[in-house]
Amino acid sequence: MADTEVGTEVRPEVGAAPAEFDVTEEQRELRAALRRFCAQQSDAAAVRRHMESDTGFDATVWSRLGHELGVLGLAVPEELGGAGAGLVEQAIVVEELGAALLCGPVLGTIGLALPALVASSPGPLRDELVPPLVEGVRTATLAAPERAGLFDPHAITVGAVHAGDGWELTGVVPQVVDAAGADVLLVAASGPEGIALFAVSGTAEQVETDPLTTLDLTRRQATVRLREAPARLLAGADEIDAVLGHAFYTASALLAAEQVGGAQHLLDVTVGYAKERLQFGRPIGSFQAVKHRLADMLVLVEHARSAAEHAAWALQTGSDDPFLATSIAQATCSDAYYRVAADAVQLHGGIGFTWEHEAHLYFKRAVTDAALLGGAEIHRDRIAAAVLDHVRATPGVPPVADGRA
Amino acid sequence: MSTAADATRVEEVAGRVVTDHDPRRVPVQEFLGACFDAGLSWVHFPEGLGGLGVSRGVQASADAVLQAAGGPVPFWLNPIGYGMAAPTLSEHARSPELARSWLRPLATTEAIWCQLCSEPAGGSDLAGLATSAVRDGDSWVLNGQKVWTSLAHRARWALLLARTDPDQPKHKGLTYFVLDMQADGVRTRPLRQMTGQAEFNEVFLEDVRIPDEHRLGAVGDGWRVAMTTLMNERSAIGAGGAERGSGTIADALALWADRPHRRTPVLRDRLAALWTRSEAHRLTAARARRTATAGSPGPEGSISKLVTAEFNQDVYEFCMDLLGPEGTLYGSYEVRREGGREADWRGAVQQRFLRSRANTIEGGTSEVLRNILGERVLGLPGDLRADAGKAWKDVPRG
Repeated sequence: MADTEVGTEVRPEVGAAPAEFDVTEEQRELRAALRRFCAQQSDAAAVRRHMESDTGFDATVWSRLGHELGVLGLAVPEELGGAGAGLVEQAIVVEELGAALLCGPVLGTIGLALPALVASSPGPLRDELVPPLVEGVRTATLAAPERAGLFDPHAITVGAVHAGDGWELTGVVPQVVDAAGADVLLVAASGPEGIALFAVSGTAEQVETDPLTTLDLTRRQATVRLREAPARLLAGADEIDAVLGHAFYTASALLAAEQVGGAQHLLDVTVGYAKERLQFGRPIGSFQAVKHRLADMLVLVEHARSAAEHAAWALQTGSDDPFLATSIAQATCSDAYYRVAADAVQLHGGIGFTWEHEAHLYFKRAVTDAALLGGAEIHRDRIAAAVLDHVRATPGVPPVADGRA
Repeated sequence: MSTAADATRVEEVAGRVVTDHDPRRVPVQEFLGACFDAGLSWVHFPEGLGGLGVSRGVQASADAVLQAAGGPVPFWLNPIGYGMAAPTLSEHARSPELARSWLRPLATTEAIWCQLCSEPAGGSDLAGLATSAVRDGDSWVLNGQKVWTSLAHRARWALLLARTDPDQPKHKGLTYFVLDMQADGVRTRPLRQMTGQAEFNEVFLEDVRIPDEHRLGAVGDGWRVAMTTLMNERSAIGAGGAERGSGTIADALALWADRPHRRTPVLRDRLAALWTRSEAHRLTAARARRTATAGSPGPEGSISKLVTAEFNQDVYEFCMDLLGPEGTLYGSYEVRREGGREADWRGAVQQRFLRSRANTIEGGTSEVLRNILGERVLGLPGDLRADAGKAWKDVPRG
């Protein structure tokens, strides 16, 4: 990675608040620590072992990320048991987990559930649920319909009714990421007072999570079936939009960071291969057809990194419209990861198409990441709606020749 | 000294310049001369040569003050001078006095500069150029032809790369010079391009004499010296706009806004994709600025140049598709030279569209830039070269 970075980093002034795109010493150390951890706990052989296991991940590795490294709740405030660092730091973690293809509920727990909980009103339920997730001893995910990374209340498939002091939920939610084995499910359901967000125990007997076979074996999905499942109210009708808005924006920014991590890894691996693989008596990287494709991959990765870092920074600081910042990141990173992964397979030649080589695992993650929370096309549609559809004619229109001098 | 302290210092200096030489009142040459004398033309240059010896990153702090007060963007008044000649002269002129004698008139724009590099037989393979320079006492005698020289018809001085030893392999036999464009034997002819305009020239050199004092760097070291110039060119060409929606994309957005009846869902997606790319590029330029070092720009400038060139073409292709039949009309193919380099980019959309075809050729073709990214950034091995190690005179040309 070192030889593909743009420019040499400038250390910010001591005591000066970092500006956008600054890299602090702490961030460098955080990245290095994650890299060491993943090399030891989630190398290529471990990823294959975990993805073929029953649960799809190693609970011990996950819990060590929580209580040893303390990197599951970097964007969670300290009073809730988190580190209170920020989303930029959390994005670095997710980027490195994505680079290693570490199996675990990264999207469900770090991306969706924790941000939803953080954005909910303070209360005993939140205080109870958050710390074990940050510690890595429990996992959670969010079962709420979204369209293009935005909460879609019209697609709710779960109903909520009062039952004694609490609630009961009934319904089916298709394709919930990281749901199988999750200790906590945050479920959006339609009740008498409107749509609200509830916490359901994943181990309750009225809850069934049917695992689905997924294209990407390193990221599981399940169908969630609730039959009068006991539930506790987390966010009412008046706050669910804000809560899920925060959750989906945060997940979008973190997913973009994961895409950058995977794409950077593939670029590095493919460049290494192009330097070593000999054909016609020379390294294939000396052929322009190969070299130029790698140069294009570099540009894609650099653009993706800028867009993803901007999204995390914008959400953390409020410096940009979260709607636009996350759509720019998703549109850019989904395209970039997919194209880099497809080109990585191509440039590896036959070996890149084998089960044995890691390229297909990243390729499948790239396909999945592009589709989750909205693909590039649908994010461009969102961008067009915001930037193009209501644009008015301005004085800056360039002249158009009319055939007369 | 820290960057923040440097920024504060240049802002103070710039504040004094605009107070003493209000750019809205004094002639532009006086204002730019005052900037030079205060060390604000290139803040990273040594004092006395238009700089203050501080990191180049704080140039933006100076420019912000100067331009807020109504000062011009000097780069556009003497682009080759500011972007390429100045860094080369400050580093390689034979004496500080000589550097200063060139740099101050360059800074005030009294002396426009051009560069004489490309030749009819040497495009991407710049180091294969054939213009010869033969030593004759205290001077050199030059013969040859240069091409694609912007501003040659207005330039007072030129940077020139010539072959001083044809028996050496191509990179080793080159020497870099400063040429007086008013010297005997220099003949300039406009070169008409596909837009109809002639922003470039052919320059013919016939027994032109250059004093040895005007040599830049050592004899035979011209390639290394010229690279300073080219890296600055790529970074100058590739420097992106700072505001969301600014730069070339603004043309596409304005045209989209102005022609609602021409909109289709497919064009809408294309424009959204272009807008997103312009954002990714803008953010990448901002990130590169935060990580830029005080030294000369490196191969990273090639990323920006490559992206900008292809992006410009895609933007104007979109504009033409949006215009539909209107796009098949043109203004005039009559040559109007007085507009210079700017004319095509200020012209009609159709003219800007045609002009954009050169973007992926000028200042390094996209093919060469991809080689640079592959070899210097990613560390990939070089291609096999048919001319490696051969004396230049033995390499086939055509």
